[in-house]
Amino acid sequence: MRTAAVPLVLLLLTLVSVPLQADARADAKKQVEFGIAVAQRGLWREAIYRWERAAQIDPTYAPAHNNLAIAYEHEGDLAKARAAYERALELEPGNALIKQNYELFREINDRTTGKNTQ
Amino acid sequence: MIARPVRTLSSLVAVLLATACTNSFEIPIETPIRAKLDVAAFQRVLVAGFIAGGTEDVDGNLETTRLLRSQLRTKSQLRVIDSDVLPLVDVASEGRDSGGPPTTPPPIKEEKDLEAYEHVFANVEYWKKIGEEYQQPLIVTGTVMFTPLQRNSIVQREQEVYDSFGRRRVVPVRTYMERKGFSLDGRFIFIDGRSGATLHSESFGEQILYNANQTTPALSSYFELMDRLIPTFLSTLSSQKIKGTRILLQ
Repeated sequence: MRTAAVPLVLLLLTLVSVPLQADARADAKKQVEFGIAVAQRGLWREAIYRWERAAQIDPTYAPAHNNLAIAYEHEGDLAKARAAYERALELEPGNALIKQNYELFREINDRTTGKNTQ
Repeated sequence: MIARPVRTLSSLVAVLLATACTNSFEIPIETPIRAKLDVAAFQRVLVAGFIAGGTEDVDGNLETTRLLRSQLRTKSQLRVIDSDVLPLVDVASEGRDSGGPPTTPPPIKEEKDLEAYEHVFANVEYWKKIGEEYQQPLIVTGTVMFTPLQRNSIVQREQEVYDSFGRRRVVPVRTYMERKGFSLDGRFIFIDGRSGATLHSESFGEQILYNANQTTPALSSYFELMDRLIPTFLSTLSSQKIKGTRILLQ
């Protein structure tokens, strides 16, 4: 009886978790959209808050990490920006737009970290 | 030289394709870059001079000093001191020859020739004296090597071809080419005019190559290369904002 119940419970859990994941993505997407709207108005702090929320809600949502990276760059927090770009690329390694953003970021970062500095 | 535009074009195509498939928004950003060196203690800056070598077509000491002074005048809060450029090669030679009869300093043709003069940067007493003379400014000095380059290498370039129907096509062709140009290498050294001690030092190196049949004056190449180095130099002394655009994703 107990053995037969295990697959059933697993099936139920799977069925419940799929819509939950979809909900998480939809919620994260809403936060990302709002973040974009406020960033376009120059409200970068609010945008960061929204994109951080999105990344918390759905940590696998690459656009949230990409946008966060851009916002951190704009705020001058280059270490956080690098980490966020790398996470975005880890999630979507083939995304040409994230790659392009990251390359532009690296150009600035390499220039300022002073590899040749003593 | 040709490979770069081809790569840029292909990445642009990839980005355009990706943009068409995704909800994306281009947004301008300004990345604030903090100065590498805290210069709050200084009100003045003295670009003292450089130990320069390489080609004789450009006076690396004079030109670098003049260029950095003019850049600092417009892009830094520090007051730039106008003074004669220090003949650092002679200063370094005098220090080395002390006690013996004065000798003509050997020409600086290669980077290794600089070694004989570099001790001048560690001469704390000398820089302290200069500092006292100019009311204890931040002192900028260093080395500059501007040398001619010649490279033979395979270069990819685009070539027009016409098929049997007379249709024009552009195809990449790899050819062996002789190229000439210059390299600009050296070090910016920032010295505390109060103590004579080195605060910060930063190496640099840039190259430019042209087709062998192209005649570019050495001075133009020098300014082209310095143009690339100026942002790095300025970012050592003052905070800057670098403008750019990024793509937000939905």
